[in-house]
Amino acid sequence: MTSAALPTVPLAPGQAAWRRFRRHRLALAGAVIILLLILGSAFGPYLLPFDDTYIDIMKRFAPPFSGAHILGTDELGRDVLARLMMGGRVSLSIGIVAMVIAMAVGIAVGAFAGFYGGVVGAVLMRLVDAVLCFPTIFLLLALAALTEPGPVTTTVLIAATAWMAVARVVEAQVRSLREREFAVAALAFGSSNLRIMFRELVPNAIAPIVVAATLNVAKAILLESYVSYLGYGIQPPAASWGNMLNNAQIYLTSAPWLAIAPGLAITLAVTSFNFLGDGLRDALDPRMNIP
Amino acid sequence: MARYVANRLAQAIMLLVIVSAIGFAILHLAPGGPLSQFAASAQMTQEDLDRVTKQLGLDRSLPIQYLDWFGRMLRGDWGRSYRDGEAVLSVISSHLGATLELMTTATIIAVLLGCWIGVLGALRRYSLFDTLATVGAMIALSIPTFWFGLVTIYVFSVKLGWLPSGNRQTVGDGSLLDLLHHLIAPALVLALVETAMWGRFMRSAMLEVINQDYIRTARAKGMPEWRILTVHALRNALLPMITVAGLQFPTLLGGALVAETVFTWPGMGRLFLDSIGYRDYPVVMGILMFSATMVLIGSFLADIFYAVVDPRIRVG
Repeated sequence: MTSAALPTVPLAPGQAAWRRFRRHRLALAGAVIILLLILGSAFGPYLLPFDDTYIDIMKRFAPPFSGAHILGTDELGRDVLARLMMGGRVSLSIGIVAMVIAMAVGIAVGAFAGFYGGVVGAVLMRLVDAVLCFPTIFLLLALAALTEPGPVTTTVLIAATAWMAVARVVEAQVRSLREREFAVAALAFGSSNLRIMFRELVPNAIAPIVVAATLNVAKAILLESYVSYLGYGIQPPAASWGNMLNNAQIYLTSAPWLAIAPGLAITLAVTSFNFLGDGLRDALDPRMNIP
Repeated sequence: MARYVANRLAQAIMLLVIVSAIGFAILHLAPGGPLSQFAASAQMTQEDLDRVTKQLGLDRSLPIQYLDWFGRMLRGDWGRSYRDGEAVLSVISSHLGATLELMTTATIIAVLLGCWIGVLGALRRYSLFDTLATVGAMIALSIPTFWFGLVTIYVFSVKLGWLPSGNRQTVGDGSLLDLLHHLIAPALVLALVETAMWGRFMRSAMLEVINQDYIRTARAKGMPEWRILTVHALRNALLPMITVAGLQFPTLLGGALVAETVFTWPGMGRLFLDSIGYRDYPVVMGILMFSATMVLIGSFLADIFYAVVDPRIRVG
């Protein structure tokens, strides 16, 4: 396309963002893959003749692409593809729900700290710094070991170890937006502090928040896979991408497909969310263009 | 400078207090709290439990208990392992060497490789190399480290038989070559994520620098390109990497834990998982507090070091 063919009318911000996002082919691919993974996990199990927890000891360790089981069977003769899809439901839901909780906490802490500043802000942000001192995986495992394992606990614990980055982003945004004319105008109108914070300031910081949220899902999926792999997350017989790798190391020599399928699923999902986040960052705020 | 250091030190100490409060809170979150080891034993009657509660001072108010616990932490009394009664600090220090060995090797690989990739990517921005490096880094950051470890074991130990599948050395063989042979796989697996991070940060730091006026001035003076790169650009681009090193430390420590679990590396991460398995809370808490303190000291040192090499920081 030559420069003469470029539109001269300025685009609406949303349109311009969509144009920039479209150019980011990997982000687009990421979005498509995420959609496929979600659809596959949601509806795939209805299309398969096998149940994810059905044990068929006679057919254990069937290799992939040999007969009825497309991705083979595991040490108990369960269909790997069925488990992969059911595991996808669990892993993706945990990733997304943990993100929502982490965002809620992070936005609340960041907004209060950034808006009030002073002692309140300092105390809240030092708390953020202190939690960040603990390596995430150590903190998550220690908490997981002290509590009853299960999907709800795992989700809450992942959120508890992932909200700090969001709080930092929101705090910085709110602190700088607070001084802008529209915020001062809202104050002059007599709006309450809460209203200014969550109706005026936070919506104006939506671009970095959306980016942080996307990257947060990627992080949450990774964390879930790790705790479940170690046996402190989702408990069998329920499948998750992490706990499918539980026994994979033992059967690495005889049945390597048990390790490959769930690992690829995790990598695919996490990579897609990371590329999506990257593309959204380029699209929503060109000034934030950090490579 | 002295004022800057004092200021940073005060901040670090304040953080340490908050960190310890979080640690104390987690300790009391344990089922049965600090008493859980006794409560699990069937021979303990309620009377015994009450007596132990009094002995350990658990009937006192929480703030007093916290101060007492924090004081003992500062004096180096971190409690004893439930497993063998050994002092927690000595259990940790006996496993620390293996972890540091792994972390140092991985860091050296990551810094050299990452900086090289980052600099080259910045100099040839949007070239094929840069695109591949950027995409590759994103994928490297997305691969679960433990799974990458499993794949490495499968390819290099199971299929090719080149590398041992775990542990730090062959029993009975104490040679350096044997140690290095065992170190390769876990160090490379740990270095993958680190290399990707260093590459990304180095690229952006370099891009920031090479468009500065002083680079153009140096070019205008007719200075040879390699000299501009090494003397002017690289020196300034490496400065923010000090902060990156500080920020990366928790990730590196967490990554070491993951690599250790897959490669049965006898370090702190492995100890942490074993202790969780045995419900050995004093050691679990000890490692948690120890790693947080290490991170704190690491970021403090990074701040100070940055101020030493870049005088602009001290004033601001």
